[in-house]
Amino acid sequence: MQSSYADVARIIPEIFLTSLALLLLMMELVTKKKEFIGFIGIIGVVITAYLTLITNPGRAFSDMFIVDGYSNFFKLIFYLNVILTILISIRYLKIEGVNLGEYYSLILFATLGMMIMASGTDLIVIYLGLELMALSTYVLAGFLRHEIRSNEAALKYFLLGAFSSAFLLYGIALTYGMTGTTNLKDIASYVTQHGIAKNPVFTLSMIMFIIAFGFKIAAAPFHMWAPDTYEGAPTSITAFMSVGPKAAGFAAMGRVFFDALGPIRLDWVAVIIPIAILTMAVGNIIAISQTNIKRMLAYSSIAHAGYALLGLIAGGSEGLSSMMNYLLIYAFMNVGAFAVIIMLRREGFKGEDIDDYSGLAKRHPLAAGLMLVFMFSLTGIPPTAGFVGKFYLFMSAIRAGYTGLVIVAVIFSAISAYFYLRIVMYMYMREPKAEVELSTSAPLGIALAITVAGVLILGVFPSIVIHLAKASLLG
Amino acid sequence: MLAEIFFAYFAVVIVLTSILVIASRNPVHSVLWMLLLFFHIAGLYLMLDAEFLAAIQIIIYAGAILVLFLFVVLLLNLKEEIKGRPFSRIFVIALVLAIGMAVVISSTMKLLPPGPVGQYSMDMIRATKGGNSSIIGRVMYTEFLFPFEIASTILLVAIIGAIVLAKKRLRS
Repeated sequence: MQSSYADVARIIPEIFLTSLALLLLMMELVTKKKEFIGFIGIIGVVITAYLTLITNPGRAFSDMFIVDGYSNFFKLIFYLNVILTILISIRYLKIEGVNLGEYYSLILFATLGMMIMASGTDLIVIYLGLELMALSTYVLAGFLRHEIRSNEAALKYFLLGAFSSAFLLYGIALTYGMTGTTNLKDIASYVTQHGIAKNPVFTLSMIMFIIAFGFKIAAAPFHMWAPDTYEGAPTSITAFMSVGPKAAGFAAMGRVFFDALGPIRLDWVAVIIPIAILTMAVGNIIAISQTNIKRMLAYSSIAHAGYALLGLIAGGSEGLSSMMNYLLIYAFMNVGAFAVIIMLRREGFKGEDIDDYSGLAKRHPLAAGLMLVFMFSLTGIPPTAGFVGKFYLFMSAIRAGYTGLVIVAVIFSAISAYFYLRIVMYMYMREPKAEVELSTSAPLGIALAITVAGVLILGVFPSIVIHLAKASLLG
Repeated sequence: MLAEIFFAYFAVVIVLTSILVIASRNPVHSVLWMLLLFFHIAGLYLMLDAEFLAAIQIIIYAGAILVLFLFVVLLLNLKEEIKGRPFSRIFVIALVLAIGMAVVISSTMKLLPPGPVGQYSMDMIRATKGGNSSIIGRVMYTEFLFPFEIASTILLVAIIGAIVLAKKRLRS
């Protein structure tokens, strides 16, 4: 039971990231240039990514923590997400007047929580990782302390997040009461050995898990917090929240549902299918009537969680790898879209109304062109990565025999074209209303270059990431 | 028999006080009802021979957290709070859902299969010097060292978060 050096060696990336977050906290005291803190953060995250790649795969801390291809793939999504978020934040924080160094260390702590969620093989560890991630994100959502919308966003997120944590704890308590263990694999083997997989208590705990993780990935009907929180939070944090915690939720869901709840797979699939359909319906249909672009992207993010659930339903290495692949692609296209939104924000001008995009193509053809690529990708039009992601997801679901579900998903995907392409229509086919200045900066440009390159390269050569995702499941 | 009577007493008081916590119009009353609630939860822990948890429950929850709660409540403008409606419009729907959930959960819990007997039985704990507290400490620093460290990081984030949110606005 004693922890050895071999155990500690497996969490070196996590230890490094924690030290980095603490270092940034200290730097806040000594440096006046807050953007410098951001740059150190990016370099540190790159080193963490390297450390992750060279860490020996295996289990640690008496089987509470695992380093495998699955966790590493998700960690790469989190690193990408945090780097892009820092890049788009540097100028934005100055405009909003909240240029504090704690911002960067809180983002890193949130990422640390996500990494623990992706690597946890014990319900306690997964729960604590989730709380670490959530607590940091609550604070980040309320980072614009002088703005009432941001306060509301944080408060709503906090209350509903705490509520969903209670469900998770109740699910954990029920499984622990039945099996006497919180280890995912041990739960599954105990349940099969004692023939209690069909016991209603186990089913109840499964439903508790679905509710708790449903909150985190913003699946309907547990999505109520998402629109207000995404709209009120600082735009850079909205980008961060719509990718990171969502991917972390899916990572933990994949582990819990396949490892611990594997024996009742058919039961939880039967619960998740209606949730997936409802999520796609709510996300895509309500997004149509939105006039605020952040709110529209919030509903779009709900809809995308619905698509990604298809991979979980399909299961197997094909389903899971298509889900992982989709989440990576989603990180590129969604953060990219938010980077364009941030560009429109400047002192005294919000730039959040869809109306503000009227005639953008005439004044700023490059910005409009980038937004066009991201909107096409979110709709799923070739040759962008969004198409590839959806294609593999739908293929895996069809191969697993869920043809009807895929037809529904394709219909909703077609509906989504309306509100994504409406932005394109505003940009290219309307006359500019007011003079819109862009607040560009070098880091923002780098973020846009990375995201647009990711969307286009993965769209044309999808095999790179598909192979990576598949290989990470085998390893 | 005596144990059942004590349990029934604690259970009934816990349910009643928790209802009173959310139903009181005056926030100070809510906090005081919660104090009573925490004491009775500590009583339940004592019945389960978890004296360490009972002590922690009283020291941390009743002692530290509730005092903070009272401070915050006293800073509020109570006269305005009391005028407001204690429940929102969807109260009836929420009540029906809550009762439905309570029925589902309690009827399911009757079917709970007996779990395995763990390593830490009552006899084992009684035989150990230091009892409950010593065993919890040992388990926390060996078997659960990793989760324990994560929990410490969570507390750190909570401190940072509280300071960030309470800071004065930056002069730009």
